[in-house]
Amino acid sequence: MAEPTPSAVAPDLGAGERLDALPPQSPWRMFWRQFRRSHLAIGGAALLIVFYATALFAPFLAPYSQEAMDRDRFFHPPHRLHWIDAGGGFHLIPFIHPTRLADPASLRFEEDRSRIVPVRFLVRGSSYRLFGWLGSDRHLFGVEPPYRVFLLGADPAGRDVFSRLLYGSQVSLTVGLLGLAISFTIGLLMGGISGYLGGWVDTVIMRSTELLLSIPGLYLIIALRGIFPTQLPSQQVYLAIIVILAFIGWAGLARIIRGMVLSIRRQEYVAAAEALGMSRLRIIARHILPNTLSFVIVAATISIPGYILGEIVLSFLGVGVQEPAASWGNMLGQARNPRAIVSFPWLLFVPGSAIFLTVMAFNFLGDGLRDALDPRKVLGGKTG
Amino acid sequence: MRTYVLRRLFQIVPLLLGISMLSFALLQLAPGDFLNTVAENPTVSAERLEAMRRSFGLDRPWYVQYGLYLKNLFLHFDFGESFARHQPVIVILREGLLNTLLLASAAAVVTWGLAIPLGVWAAVRQYSWVDKGLTVFGVIGLSIPEVLSGLLLLMLAANTGWLPVGGMRSIDHDQLDTAGKTVDLLRHLALPALVVGFTPLAGRMRQMRGNLLDVLRLDYVTTARAKGLSENVVVFKHALRNAINPLITLFGYTLGALVSGSLIVEIIFSWPGLGRITFDAIMTQDQYLVLGSVMMASFVLILGNLVADLLLAVADPRIAYG
Repeated sequence: MAEPTPSAVAPDLGAGERLDALPPQSPWRMFWRQFRRSHLAIGGAALLIVFYATALFAPFLAPYSQEAMDRDRFFHPPHRLHWIDAGGGFHLIPFIHPTRLADPASLRFEEDRSRIVPVRFLVRGSSYRLFGWLGSDRHLFGVEPPYRVFLLGADPAGRDVFSRLLYGSQVSLTVGLLGLAISFTIGLLMGGISGYLGGWVDTVIMRSTELLLSIPGLYLIIALRGIFPTQLPSQQVYLAIIVILAFIGWAGLARIIRGMVLSIRRQEYVAAAEALGMSRLRIIARHILPNTLSFVIVAATISIPGYILGEIVLSFLGVGVQEPAASWGNMLGQARNPRAIVSFPWLLFVPGSAIFLTVMAFNFLGDGLRDALDPRKVLGGKTG
Repeated sequence: MRTYVLRRLFQIVPLLLGISMLSFALLQLAPGDFLNTVAENPTVSAERLEAMRRSFGLDRPWYVQYGLYLKNLFLHFDFGESFARHQPVIVILREGLLNTLLLASAAAVVTWGLAIPLGVWAAVRQYSWVDKGLTVFGVIGLSIPEVLSGLLLLMLAANTGWLPVGGMRSIDHDQLDTAGKTVDLLRHLALPALVVGFTPLAGRMRQMRGNLLDVLRLDYVTTARAKGLSENVVVFKHALRNAINPLITLFGYTLGALVSGSLIVEIIFSWPGLGRITFDAIMTQDQYLVLGSVMMASFVLILGNLVADLLLAVADPRIAYG
């Protein structure tokens, strides 16, 4: 009586077979199918890949080192690349006209159209080590000394802005990421412990986050900067900025994670893990926090611009990365007074465009990730 | 409701105490003190330096310094004296706070005065070129940090000469009559307020658009249309009021963001506000001025959040605070 008839089983089997025929839907696959629909996010990701690759190869791509000064060419405007010479002849490889200082008072440079300095590729210049070990003195492009090519102009000390932009990206694009990585690790752990353990631990952690969140962000950043000496070697400044950014950012995340953990810990599998005698830290790290992963990924991507801007603001104010080392922030700082911006606009536009594009790319990427990962969908525990 | 407000107000005291402790700890961790810069001056003798150290109380251990500070603060509401300016901290902060609040309110006018009409415009013309244009504008606006928009407007002012490039008053301010003084102040205020107000603008505009679109899909709006009311009456009289409600509650949260965001703008435009005072004080380790200004800025932020929470309860009867 209880045995089902063959005719009742058959349609179920059929349905099962049809389901098997579909490609397996791993979470990663579902994510990718959704993500690639967002053209802006793909574009943002592509731009960021280009930026980070440029930062990696900066010593090779930059024609000069970030410290190389040119005492004859302070505030030199960007060189114009020419393809057609004064006689009307066409050059496949562009060239520049050498310049001379026409008016020392206003720092106006004039091109000498009778002479031609061709741009050369893989020229010898200052030596460097790529990735810390690959020594070389070849640069992607350059001109014969004593001439110099300033693709994006020169700064107040006669240093090449293009080269400094590339070297600066090594600092500005990484310091925020490292700060964020540390800050999010602390935030995850604090939020996880606070939500799972409760009691006085919860109270202490939550009161600390309230304290940190009650101080306006920039005030806290600058107050924290005060505990390090003003003049520091650039590597130590780099570490100091990471510490500052890490200290600031964890509080907001910890509060959100705590809320999520409070709801996750009531799930049955957590009770099961407890019944099996797992340690509490292990339950937090292995069973609870992974469920917040997609939210954390999205939150991290959206927060990156804030961390990058933290370094930029500090360096802009003159208390971050110190010259001669370049960062996008201290390059922007050279454009602080109105006279400099009016006469030498490239000092503002070059680092400004780089910052703008980076922030926009991260915003696009974050939006795309949010749509593809949709934290609300994952919170139910299906794909986590 | 009243107990909730009272409880929140009482919570501010331990919070501010914690903030003062944190700030003081940071100052103690910092290498050297205010007198380091004075000591570099060759005209100041060692005896004079020692006398100054004693008069500032910097020769005493940190817990005595902090204890005295708290005692003066609680018993006499005395925030101490600025080392660098030889003025009571409270006098400096009062002026700085007023200037910052002036900047923040002007910025709020910019934000809300633009965000609401633009959001409504985008919503009633959904998917039109206006909507798409405003979306692009919003994306760009979100990606321009204050330090960048500030410098761009500074360049505009310096190039055109339409507006002053910084400061709060012209040199001839004192000779002007009341109307002239107001115009002078507004001209100095325009650019910094535009920069500070621009940053939250894009987000608020999108929220306004989304809210209005949500409300326009509700049944009562369909009813209003079915009654034969004109589209203008439906949108502006029936839908808009409900759509604006959630935005009003955001006002308080924005206040905190405006105070924090104004720091960098104050420095770019030489606006004599709380942010610039704090930055200078931290850089010179002007101890009591740092403590006072960080507490003051935090107080504004905390108060803004409290107001926001209360407005939320007022606007949405489903939320009840016990």
